[in-house]
Amino acid sequence: MNIKKTYRDAWNTGWTAGIVALSISALGLAELFAKRNIVSGVITMGQVMVFIVPIVMAYNFTKNLSMEQRKTGPLFGAVIGATTAIPLVLLIIASTLFNIRDIFVNVSPSLIELLTFGQENAYLGGLLLLVSMALLSYLSAYTHQLPEKIKRSLFTGLITILLVGMFSEILTERIRSIFGAIFGSSVGSAIVRFLFKSKAIQSIPAIVVFAIATYVGYRKIPKTEEEKNKSKRAFIVDGKVQWKTVIPLAVLLLILPLLLGTYLSEVTNNVGIYILMGLGLNIVVGFAGLLDLGYVAFFAIGAYTMAVLTSTGPLGLFGMSFWLALPICVIVAALAGVMLGIPVLRMRGDYLAIVTLGFGEIISRLAISDMLKPYVGGAQGILQIPKPSIGSLVFTKPEVLYYVVLAGVLLALFVSWRLRDSRLGRQWMAMREDEDVAEAMGINLMKTKILAFSIGAAFSGLAGAIFASKLTSIFPHSFNVLISINVLSLIIVGGIGSLPGVIVGAAVLIGLPELLREFAEYRLLMYGLLLIVMMLAKPEGFVPSEVHKRELHATDEDFVAEAGD
Amino acid sequence: MTRSKDFDFVGLFLWVFRAVILILIVWGTYATIADNPYETRTWVDFIIFGLAQGSMYALIAIGYTLVYGVLFMINFAHGEFFMAGILTTTVVITTPLSESGFLNEQPILSLLIIAISSMAVSIFISVLTERIAYRPLRKAPRLVPLITAIGASYFWQNYFRGLFGSGIKPIPQIEILDGTIPLDFLGTTMLKSHVLVIVTTIVMLIALNFFIMKTKTGKAIRAVAEDKDVANLMGINVDQTISITFATGAAMAGIAGVLYSLVFRQVHFFMGFIPGIKAFTAAVLGGIGSLPGAAVGGLLLGMFESVGPSLFLRGLGIPAFNQLKDVIAFTMLVMVLIFRPQGIVGEVLSEKKA
Amino acid sequence: MENILCVNNVTKRFGGLVAVNNFSVDIIENSISAVIGPNGAGKTTLFNLITGFYSTDEGSIIFEEDVPCDNRPTDQITRLGITRTYQNIRLFANMSALENILVGQEPLLHSFWAEAIWRSKRFVNEEAEALEEAQRLLNFVGLQGLGDQLSRNLPYGAQRRLEIARALASKPKLLLLDEPTAGMNPNETGEMTRFIQHLRDELGITILMIEHDMKVVMDISEQISVMDYGSKIAEGKPKEIQSNPRVIEAYLGRGAASGLETVTA
Repeated sequence: MNIKKTYRDAWNTGWTAGIVALSISALGLAELFAKRNIVSGVITMGQVMVFIVPIVMAYNFTKNLSMEQRKTGPLFGAVIGATTAIPLVLLIIASTLFNIRDIFVNVSPSLIELLTFGQENAYLGGLLLLVSMALLSYLSAYTHQLPEKIKRSLFTGLITILLVGMFSEILTERIRSIFGAIFGSSVGSAIVRFLFKSKAIQSIPAIVVFAIATYVGYRKIPKTEEEKNKSKRAFIVDGKVQWKTVIPLAVLLLILPLLLGTYLSEVTNNVGIYILMGLGLNIVVGFAGLLDLGYVAFFAIGAYTMAVLTSTGPLGLFGMSFWLALPICVIVAALAGVMLGIPVLRMRGDYLAIVTLGFGEIISRLAISDMLKPYVGGAQGILQIPKPSIGSLVFTKPEVLYYVVLAGVLLALFVSWRLRDSRLGRQWMAMREDEDVAEAMGINLMKTKILAFSIGAAFSGLAGAIFASKLTSIFPHSFNVLISINVLSLIIVGGIGSLPGVIVGAAVLIGLPELLREFAEYRLLMYGLLLIVMMLAKPEGFVPSEVHKRELHATDEDFVAEAGD
Repeated sequence: MTRSKDFDFVGLFLWVFRAVILILIVWGTYATIADNPYETRTWVDFIIFGLAQGSMYALIAIGYTLVYGVLFMINFAHGEFFMAGILTTTVVITTPLSESGFLNEQPILSLLIIAISSMAVSIFISVLTERIAYRPLRKAPRLVPLITAIGASYFWQNYFRGLFGSGIKPIPQIEILDGTIPLDFLGTTMLKSHVLVIVTTIVMLIALNFFIMKTKTGKAIRAVAEDKDVANLMGINVDQTISITFATGAAMAGIAGVLYSLVFRQVHFFMGFIPGIKAFTAAVLGGIGSLPGAAVGGLLLGMFESVGPSLFLRGLGIPAFNQLKDVIAFTMLVMVLIFRPQGIVGEVLSEKKA
Repeated sequence: MENILCVNNVTKRFGGLVAVNNFSVDIIENSISAVIGPNGAGKTTLFNLITGFYSTDEGSIIFEEDVPCDNRPTDQITRLGITRTYQNIRLFANMSALENILVGQEPLLHSFWAEAIWRSKRFVNEEAEALEEAQRLLNFVGLQGLGDQLSRNLPYGAQRRLEIARALASKPKLLLLDEPTAGMNPNETGEMTRFIQHLRDELGITILMIEHDMKVVMDISEQISVMDYGSKIAEGKPKEIQSNPRVIEAYLGRGAASGLETVTA
């Protein structure tokens, strides 16, 4: 093989990595996460974010090399690492020459400090950056020459330490309260002090954790494909409920808030509300193949209906209880689904997406306008929405509200699952595959589409109703098109048409950013990137629907339109 | 594709939907005219403002129409190419030009520099988007590139937000664009910036027409729009031509971004989205795929948006009717897509392939 | 013998093009009929008119002597008992073979959609019966054991049969086959020919087909209509058609190679 060409490829890969690393720096991500230590006083997440780019690129690059070229692999890795550093070094030098921050607001002195390892001299710092990137990439590429087992155990260790570091804030809190509850609060605090410092794991515990994780990784024998399939937990096999898997899961779900505590329960509730919406949109987009970008409208309708029906404030009309209002919200949202569904029925694909987007925008503009202010409160929204209650028990704490969300999610999951495996589910899928033929099979497209729209809307309405009651006040600004995009992203990442995919997608896309709160500002950047990357690399999602890994890998040639005669 | 349908429920529903909107418009217009709240001059001002706004929509709409004509996809990210133009203008006009005083010493040259740099940035990100997010998916089912386009839209929006910050940025006034010129024959005056918008739009549209109709590259674009396979056989580099199509649309959007910043003088990273959707409305209004249609559709939409709230909504007694400007635009979008997806102005250029 | 379908003076225009021009044909119950003609003669358009995919501009289409079915929605026509296959196989590519047939049974299923949520007795029984019937049909067309395969992964011949099984699933009275042997080798073609005959003889289904393979047409059809430029230029028994000078002109004069074109169409 041509070694020169490989060097050129490495050089190009390095530049790509360089642009990515430069983006991470210039967009402010690196600096933002510099505040989050991974290992206290040793390494911050900001550094990880910059350095991980050449490391991963070098790793992947060498992985794809031929066996023969892998021997020189680490050198290619070093080239990639060094090249990645070039744009960053240029940035460092530029920042000393003129005030670059006037234009790129995030190129701050502390970013430069991060990149130069605190060196006063920019050139020395730049050199240091270049050398360390080259070295780390060299090592990363070198791992391919290690025995498989060692490589795997190293990665297990590294990833564990990274995760522990990233989530050390939550771990701290959880360890303190759980150990505190068992051994008394002083013991809990002592343990925490020993393990963590300034919201990050201490060096020595870090080494211990790394060692343990590496050892575990070393001992673990990877499963073969067959074993993987065997160990896959199914709730129902051949029509029989597998109590062995169902009961532990049910118990876990029931005691979850106790393990999680207030903050994590709150996060779980938010994830749950998105799961509800995701399940609804999954019916519309995943099952029936109708891309609805105005999906937030039904969420808003559910929330506003709940608000108007139950609020004790001036805009509340009936002062109903949460439980009485809940089914009404669902029905109103479903009816709205029918109303919005009918006009768009005859549209296909992209036009449908834009029209639903238009409807969504119209509704959000109306909600905020003075025209409807006497009814929905305009920009000031509706306040004083009571939380759900049973008798004297008011569901104030997130730990309790969790059960309402859980019930909603389980119901929606159950309905989705039953409908998917039914006549209606087949109609939806047939329609998604080929509308004309589906109609020629005797399927009433109008009815089938309206059902998809309204059932999807009902789930979203349920989510909205719980949302309103959870927050106790709602404002039109909470219901913008970004919600639709969030939901769309999560079902695409999870796997379009896949029920477990919705849950995984929501946990990753909604839960994770809430845990890494700094991330909030960059959430949509990541979603946008994820949508593109998923469609390019893994259109069926991370948890593809079991039977049908289909469709998105198909090319147009499978669906050539009927050509005249 | 014709479909046989008897009188049915959906038809009835759509008929009622259309009738309600029409009745509201007629009723509102009648009540407004009977009430006669404004002088003629005010109406003329509305129309002039609408023309200026519509010119920008027209420029953005060109990009939608060109890409749709060639690839039959809605380039959802196109609004962000416009936003890139806006933000580049902001950066260039503030930091190097205004602070050094060059802006008011050499206003024409400054405007040229701003225009060129904005166009360059818009073109760059559009070509990059096409290369990475659309080209590999050209044979995928139609929803797939639409989803990546949505992704690209949010990606760029937030990328620019990260680069230039999320605050609302003011734009310094250029002295020669300050003030108004009299329009005696209409009994009103016109902002100089509006004059610049309309004149620039006309120049750009003429240049575009020349480019598409007369140059070799333009012919290649038309050939690819007609039939990619045949164009390929004729020795046209289809990929390159598609890139050029994107670049052309983005250049127009970049210019629109410059004009937008100069008129509104307050910019924000989220600004591309709504004008983008509206420009798409304009493109559909004029018959998507048709260049004159995009221009006419843009102007029509601008005028509707500017005159509409006062004409249709005021008469209905709606409080703060100007808040509902966007509702008028989106209602137009919905109505046009539902009832006349082939557009109301242009002829249907690509129905057979759509 | 009764006519199961009467197409009376039907015309369909697309813009300036007259795709079907004042065309009439009567299909006798329990017969095998064929429509032949050069490419672009309007044969598939005729199918699209019968199945309601296009609306007619003039003329009428009557099913079973008294049911007008022109300008009726496609799904209702299927429910009347007319189903079809497509020239370029249009299966639900990403659904399994069984699921394809289950979708085909749509007109026979009556359970309310929401019954699926609580699995009412009616729903469970109906689904079980449907599945059994789908399995039976799958075996009937010779695709035993392929039920769980995604239909797009099936070999070409199997796809053709699956499409027919799907069309049979709603127990139609009239089956429209659009080039059932297109792209098949002589062996497969012979098999398909026997299969079509079998359908009529065993199940009593009337068959109307578009076919380019003259051997198939002459072998099994009892009545042939010849189309050219949207009009009917001849009609009759195979023998009569073979010796009709207008037919020979339409074929040899313009499109002697039309048999080949079916492969690429």
